[in-house]
Amino acid sequence: MPELGRAALLVTFGLTLYALGAGAAAAWLGRRRLALSARNALVAAFFSTLVAAVVLVSALVRHDFSFVYVAETTSRELPMPYTVSAFWGGQAGSLLLWLLVLTGFGALAVRLNRRWAGDLIVWVVPVFAAVALFFSFLLVVVANPFETQAAPSDGAGMNPSLQNPYMLAHPPMLYLGYVGLTVPFAFALAALLSGRTDERWLIATRRWTLLAWTALGVGQLLGAHWAYVEVGWGGYYAWDPVENAALMPWLAATAFLHSVMIQEKRGMLRIWNMILVILAFSLSLFGTFLTRSGVVNSIHSFTQSSIGPWFLAFIAVTVGVSLTLLFWRLPLLRSPTRLESPISREAAFLYNNLLLLALCLTILWGVVYPLLSEAVRGESVVLGRSYYDFFLRIFGLPLLLLMGLGPLIAWRRASFRSLATTFRWPTVAALVAGVVLILLGSGSSIPGLVTYTFATFVAATIVIEFARGTRARKALADTSWPGAFSSLIARNRRRYGGYVVHAAIVLLAVGVAGSSAFQTVAPDTKLRPGQSMRVGPYTLDYRRLTQHQGANALEERAQLVVNRDGHRLGTLAAGKNAYAVEQQVSNEVGIRTDWLRMEDLFVIADQIDPNGTVYFRVFVKPLVNLIWVAGFVFVLGSVIALWPDAREQRRLVARSYAVGIPATT
Amino acid sequence: MTALAFVLAAVLAVGCVVLVALPFLREPEPLSDSLGDLDAEERRRLELLEERDRALAGLKELEFDHRTGTISDEDYRRLVGPLRREAAQALQALERQPAEPPSSEGLVEGRPPPARTFSR
Repeated sequence: MPELGRAALLVTFGLTLYALGAGAAAAWLGRRRLALSARNALVAAFFSTLVAAVVLVSALVRHDFSFVYVAETTSRELPMPYTVSAFWGGQAGSLLLWLLVLTGFGALAVRLNRRWAGDLIVWVVPVFAAVALFFSFLLVVVANPFETQAAPSDGAGMNPSLQNPYMLAHPPMLYLGYVGLTVPFAFALAALLSGRTDERWLIATRRWTLLAWTALGVGQLLGAHWAYVEVGWGGYYAWDPVENAALMPWLAATAFLHSVMIQEKRGMLRIWNMILVILAFSLSLFGTFLTRSGVVNSIHSFTQSSIGPWFLAFIAVTVGVSLTLLFWRLPLLRSPTRLESPISREAAFLYNNLLLLALCLTILWGVVYPLLSEAVRGESVVLGRSYYDFFLRIFGLPLLLLMGLGPLIAWRRASFRSLATTFRWPTVAALVAGVVLILLGSGSSIPGLVTYTFATFVAATIVIEFARGTRARKALADTSWPGAFSSLIARNRRRYGGYVVHAAIVLLAVGVAGSSAFQTVAPDTKLRPGQSMRVGPYTLDYRRLTQHQGANALEERAQLVVNRDGHRLGTLAAGKNAYAVEQQVSNEVGIRTDWLRMEDLFVIADQIDPNGTVYFRVFVKPLVNLIWVAGFVFVLGSVIALWPDAREQRRLVARSYAVGIPATT
Repeated sequence: MTALAFVLAAVLAVGCVVLVALPFLREPEPLSDSLGDLDAEERRRLELLEERDRALAGLKELEFDHRTGTISDEDYRRLVGPLRREAAQALQALERQPAEPPSSEGLVEGRPPPARTFSR
């Protein structure tokens, strides 16, 4: 039913156009029914987009190759989960997902905040509608997923590297993150348009920002794990432009989540917060542009398309309009308070912001430099891994240290004596860890050693904070230790959820340092069946080559027996898959995980000769699994921080009632 | 299939139009169609409420951090005074505001009931 899909998209286009025009007119003229009508149009746009999405998914599931999109992205042999994932695997489908999530988030954000921010909501609707209008325009005019053709007998299939379980979740999570950043952007612009620059836009969007930020973070970790197990070069992050595209808005959103606390606690950084929100949203658009335009060479960019100029124009308009509004409202955004001391919590958060933004802009420069160099000099010059690694150390290590310092310094002003008392034990722990690590031989990499030491410092501050807080709650409430612990978290979820997220970043930093600075790499080794090789403490015996016909690929595997220090650990298989329909071959790496050491033995069968000879590349990656464990801790911390706080909601509603803020819209 | 698609598309379009027109269908001739807006006094009240809540939340956090030992006695003594002053100033300013809630003129269905008191 392509006609229904096309009609649904046209309806969405009309609804978003109406929501923009009617919403702006209602807000400007102060017309209540028109504002409600515009809000309803935004809600209706979600349902019409949902109809279009259902039509496309239905066509994918039915293998209806009369849809050009279905024929280009799937085949009859493709397993069903990947067939469904083709919804976001191609250009038009991913834009449709963007629009679906956008209209859904818009309708939900408007509904949830209408009771205490009604006067803001009337401006939020047209801003949301403007963004949705752009995406519906792209889908109607530039990249329509409902184009039809005479149905071929089979489709072209899916890129083999996308046929991985992680690809079922990685792109949707990133889209949730990218689109989620529209919510703070819409409320920020609504605050500027309406002149309501009080705290409410911040409070309304805090959880949305956290949700988007969490989704972006999880999406990146899933993508890193996909790259690790699927792409098969031995790493998980290669500073690829499309990987960076997701990292940049995440860094900007991280800065915002910290600086927003300064505005809430001290009424400072109002202009800065607006800039960060605009930056995060613009970078999310830029990330979608990089992924979908095909303008950069990337292992993650699967399309070449004509949407690039449209996206660039929209980003330019977004930035231009936002900065103009910001400039117009500068007098309303001036802070009544000033930084009292460079040694205070707000100062530490400010340093954190500057470092995060510096890292973000450094990465942005690395991404756009090849494009600029090509435009100016006619040749594309790519900034390599060393560029990014250098700046990651320069900005990342102080950031890691600040994560331990910031939360324990007093607001406004802290004395040196107080600092010495507060940080005595974390400093002792870090120094002891550093000395022990040097004795264990970790001094071979100074950045690695510094990372471990700083990580110990931060971990110690977190443990001490939880211990002191639980003890204080126990004394206050006269309850059990577990009761005091849960009460501590429940009474300040943002703070203690934040500490759990910090613990996740510590695990991530240790995992990255361990697996990159202290990894063992074996030179490429050619083995015939029956021969062995040694890598670090491991010995690998290559036994035989096997072949197996899978669901849609011929699977060829080199079977290896793994021994460590003379003890047999088991077998491991590494090889390649040959996809007949797609006419492509993928690397299928072999990984053996030692959960005690958090270490991986990582084997790539780089080349397989017909006579059974295999060229192996082998890595031993210490602590690499801490990165994936960090993902679970990260989600736990985010859920704690995200958990709704009924007391806060009641306080906000009461505050709005006290003023008499209209809630009709 | 095409006919069914057209029928479904028509149903979708009509449903959306009805939803969009609903506010006008429900209230063809409302008593008031204007959006309530905050006057200068109400905006000032909102600012004061934010200042009050900020100061009180700051005091609460400071007390707890002092109790846990994160904030030293010396820092606590220096910080608690200004925070108490800020909270008191915001509360006094709120007290000085008219006791009556904002004018009920122009209030419309769904608008929150006016507050009776501004202190907690």
